Amino acid sequence: MPAQNKTDTFHQLAALTREKILILDGAMGTQIQALGLSEEDYVGQGSGQVCRHHSDHPQKGNNDLLILTQPKAVEDIHFDFAIAGADIVETNTFSATTIAQADYGMEEAVHDLNAQGARIARRAMDRATAIDGKPRFVAGAVGPTNRTASLSPDVNDPGYRAVTFDDLRIAYGQQVNGLIAGGADLILIETIFDTLNAKAAIFACYEAFEKHGAQLPLMISGTITDASGRTLSGQTPTAFWHSVAHARPFSVGLNCALGAAAMRPHLAELAGVADTLICAYPNAGLPNAFGQYDEGPDDTARQVALFAAEALVNVVGGCCGTTPDHIAAIAEAVAPFAPRRLPAEVAA
Amino acid sequence: MSRYLRLSGLEPFVLTPDIPFVNVGERTNVTGSARFRKLITNHDYAAALDVARDQVENGAQIIDINMDEGLIDSKQTMVDFLNLVASEPDIARVPVMIDSSKWEVIEAGLQCVQGKSIVNSISMKEGEEQFRHQAQLCLAYGAAVVVMAFDEHGQADTCARKTEICARAYRILVDEVGFPPEDIIFDPNVFAVATGIEEHDNYGVDFIEATRWIRANLPHAHISGGVSNLSFSFRGNEPVREAMHAVFLYHAIQAGMDMGIVNAGQLAVYDQIDPELREACEDVVLNRRPKIGGSATERMLDIAERFRGGLREEKTRDLAWRDWSVAKRMEHALVNGITEFIEADTEEARQSAERPLHVIEGPLMAGMNVVGDLFGAGKMFLPQVVKSARVMKQAVAILLPYMEEEKRLSGGEGRESAGKILMATVKGDVHDIGKNIVGVVLACNNYEIIDLGVMVPPQKILETARAENVDVIGLSGLITPSLDEMTHLAAEMEREGFDIPLLIGGATTSKVHTAVKIAPRYTGSQAVYVLDASRAVGVVSKLLSEDRKAAYVDGIKAEYIEVTERHERAERAKKRVPLPEARANAMKIDWQGYSVARPEYLGTRVIDDWDLAEIAEYIDWTPFFRTWELKGVYPKILEDDKQGAAARALFEDAQAMLKRIIDEGWFGPRAVVGFWPANAEGDDIQLFKDGGRQAPLATLHTLRQQHAKRPGRPNVALADFVAPKGVDDYIGGFVVTAGPEEKTIAERFDKENDNYSAILVKALADRYAEAMAEMLHQRVRRELWPYAPDETFAPADLVGEPYRGIRPAPGYPAQPDHTEKQTLFSLLDAEAATGVELTESMAMWPGSSVSGLYIAHPDSYYFGVAKVERDQVQDYATRKGMTLEETERWLAPVLNYTPASISVVAAE
Repeated sequence: MPAQNKTDTFHQLAALTREKILILDGAMGTQIQALGLSEEDYVGQGSGQVCRHHSDHPQKGNNDLLILTQPKAVEDIHFDFAIAGADIVETNTFSATTIAQADYGMEEAVHDLNAQGARIARRAMDRATAIDGKPRFVAGAVGPTNRTASLSPDVNDPGYRAVTFDDLRIAYGQQVNGLIAGGADLILIETIFDTLNAKAAIFACYEAFEKHGAQLPLMISGTITDASGRTLSGQTPTAFWHSVAHARPFSVGLNCALGAAAMRPHLAELAGVADTLICAYPNAGLPNAFGQYDEGPDDTARQVALFAAEALVNVVGGCCGTTPDHIAAIAEAVAPFAPRRLPAEVAA
Repeated sequence: MSRYLRLSGLEPFVLTPDIPFVNVGERTNVTGSARFRKLITNHDYAAALDVARDQVENGAQIIDINMDEGLIDSKQTMVDFLNLVASEPDIARVPVMIDSSKWEVIEAGLQCVQGKSIVNSISMKEGEEQFRHQAQLCLAYGAAVVVMAFDEHGQADTCARKTEICARAYRILVDEVGFPPEDIIFDPNVFAVATGIEEHDNYGVDFIEATRWIRANLPHAHISGGVSNLSFSFRGNEPVREAMHAVFLYHAIQAGMDMGIVNAGQLAVYDQIDPELREACEDVVLNRRPKIGGSATERMLDIAERFRGGLREEKTRDLAWRDWSVAKRMEHALVNGITEFIEADTEEARQSAERPLHVIEGPLMAGMNVVGDLFGAGKMFLPQVVKSARVMKQAVAILLPYMEEEKRLSGGEGRESAGKILMATVKGDVHDIGKNIVGVVLACNNYEIIDLGVMVPPQKILETARAENVDVIGLSGLITPSLDEMTHLAAEMEREGFDIPLLIGGATTSKVHTAVKIAPRYTGSQAVYVLDASRAVGVVSKLLSEDRKAAYVDGIKAEYIEVTERHERAERAKKRVPLPEARANAMKIDWQGYSVARPEYLGTRVIDDWDLAEIAEYIDWTPFFRTWELKGVYPKILEDDKQGAAARALFEDAQAMLKRIIDEGWFGPRAVVGFWPANAEGDDIQLFKDGGRQAPLATLHTLRQQHAKRPGRPNVALADFVAPKGVDDYIGGFVVTAGPEEKTIAERFDKENDNYSAILVKALADRYAEAMAEMLHQRVRRELWPYAPDETFAPADLVGEPYRGIRPAPGYPAQPDHTEKQTLFSLLDAEAATGVELTESMAMWPGSSVSGLYIAHPDSYYFGVAKVERDQVQDYATRKGMTLEETERWLAPVLNYTPASISVVAAE
């Protein structure tokens, strides 16, 4: 990658990560679900702000759209996580790419979603910092989209691909440019189930950084849901790291999936091979029979604290089912532990 | 982290110093293999993939893929082939080397591989700028590079040129582009030797010496080369070529060559080469003059013909499984994704089966079940399952014509598919990866798939199902709200009179949800939960099989009933009932004719005539050991195999300190006890100033259990144990403390750095307070409120609480509200009487204090209120005169809901 100026965030984060395990926020989706919003709320009729982008598709479930239609609610969720102890919060832009928004007919809103999503998060962080003076960072969240670049959805044609590297690169490029325009401090490529999608996102990030004239720290997070311990596209955790290491990310790690306990062996494998910071933000356990997460703040925190006690992690937080209470409990539980130290570089 | 070359396919590959040499498979290179070129130009991709697979099986750690053939579209072919390789997990497990002389082909290839691959190659042939640009792109795509020793003036032939170019390229890559040096692989050009042209004679030496220099001077970089070039002039004489390659590699590897494009299946072993041939090879490779005179080339030409022989056999694959029974062979093929023999095996199975369908339902389905089990156990991963499904597809394709023929003979029409399946991700959900995989697996089994995509409204699903006359509807969803959509759709199917099976799948779906919520809504046919793609075929084939459907559905029904019952049992424990319902199910004590002794006095009395030695007899030691993480019942714990020794030592120390506590009067225990006329009023207990029971003194508030109870079990509150108006009942209250002295004593130990004694004295003070509470309770029952004057339990017997009445404490399970302590403390004027204070968070200070109420009814017992609902908290707050927010704050641990005050309010 071409050498570029690095933003100040690099230095600030470098200093912080030497001192402590950084805290990432919890689940946006779970908090939004608790609001019980209706189709009208999603499109901003009745309450909230009417979206200037129009689509004929129903929007209920398009959580990213709430950035434009219910900005206050989204900002307050960010704020709650910040106050609960998050040093880094993720923008509500998991699906804010033309590819993921196509299902909602909201492709044209993508730039606004990302730029505005970053601004809202920044505003919430500034509010929190005004209270306690702690520096906080906005990570622009980049999701996997719902297409796979490595797997064919057509049985008769295993060589077929529903999405190409270039489709993804362009879509991610729009997203990342929007996030940078809105003031994101980092970019977090997350819930990676197909590494080729992630490689397109990495490529797009570096194109965007070049355009922007400065490089933002990258966080990269895969997800392992198979009992085999592989990503959906079939890679082992080490193979996954080798595939994304060229991004020279600020952190690499795992999120979502089957909860902290199931994540531990894969996280340990990554921590053993990656010469960068390790980040873990598991779900609040497994969803129960009705799709809800039962693990209470203390349950999740206890397991995440084990990661810290084993010196496996530098950044921790929560994914699906984790609330501000979970984040507060996690922050408290890992506070006594020192962050993982990077393996020293030795000559081959 | 060491600076090793780290690559990946589905699995990682690290070039560590333990690996002297990496074989890069060269058979999938159209320029190097005539056979592969023919397969590619004929579009025989299946056979071309077999070539790739053979190389991996033969030990290639990386495979080189080259499509540079003038007659084909190299770029498109590279993309197609790499995409196909990606769906073959046994090939894709190794990294690929994307090999082309055209950058556009390389870049297209880089966009198809999820792993970290190697680009072969870039060079300074077109100048530094182009080189820099391509290197930057390789870095952005995340690939290692082979750099050819090639510059504006051409390919480097001498050692000097090779090293000069490589050094320049290295500086540009490492210093300017920021390329990791361990990801650079130099190819200093292997040229043909023994060609008869004198200038060529030193090419072997030039390569080897350049290799040595690069390894010594360009840190972390690697050396590779296309070895077969070396023996170009001996085309057609494979034994000689192999010997030359082996000899060349022997020397080049010693000089530091650690990677090479070679045919892993065709390499002579250096030590096993005929000594005469080996010597001749060494002469040409090392440019030596033969011992017997003449030139090395001449000598080589002289002997070469003698060593010409048949092609050496390639390493044979392990085909032992071919001797197994046909069913076992089919299982093996399915599990390992081997298509090579499946057609013949299927045909064999068909001939011995009564009907072609039995082959599917028998060995094929059995094999797929093994695949499902292995996937479930984490021993296979998804791309492998998809591969298995494709083997299945090939087998089914063999059987299909026979099945159609059978149908025709029996008078029916030949059916094109095994069944029509409509698949959709439900309204509001956009996740379809899992659904697509299920579609792939089912389609492989000859089912016709109608995929409506994502966010499909229920009406569209039902309309399409009717219009297309489908046999099964499959619903998918990942997010929680989709569960409700599926339930809704089941109800709609019922309403519209559908009678086809409904399949439920997706990350948040579950057997329990399907059994409890979906299946009961749809009685027209059966809703079935499908765990994952590997199970879909088994479920669908049974549901669509005429002979097996009934039994399968009956089995599912029975299973779902059991699941539902089990779930309901578990839920009952969690379910809350509305407050009025809970009150209606209060514990109903028959107060008719009940009377209880009058306390010795009404109001409060301070008790300070405590004897430290007497209190010690009432100590329950089990919790003491628990404080020290020794879990077990006293006194048995002293004899415990594992903990006994530790417990005995601790107990000895405790006894020693206890003696000092008693002898030296360390603690100053105090207590206050009060009794008041009281009657229950609803869930509260009203206290009166005097026996006239007219003037109210205070109200004790209690909380009622709200979980759904089995019939006959009450929803109890403490108020249920106190008689209603009309019966002269009483309630008592107490505070005991071992005194504030423990703190000073502990601090003294701490100061002497004796933390152990500091903890010990605190633990003993706690035990003292508890023992005082037990001792005082006995005195209350016998003397102060003598409703059991004749009780004769010895102190040690009291541990099991065999006596009448209870002493529940605010903040404990029977009354989780800590603020009730305020009422109790003010009734007793406890702070003045005992020195015990309540902190802001309603904790007692000193810590070694115990407070509680006395309730005398023989049917009273300790219970847990457990979680309560909003309606009760609202009611309780009103009764207490507290705001809802404040009440919710104090009751936070027992709230069965998320209070509005802490949830986010929707945007105004």
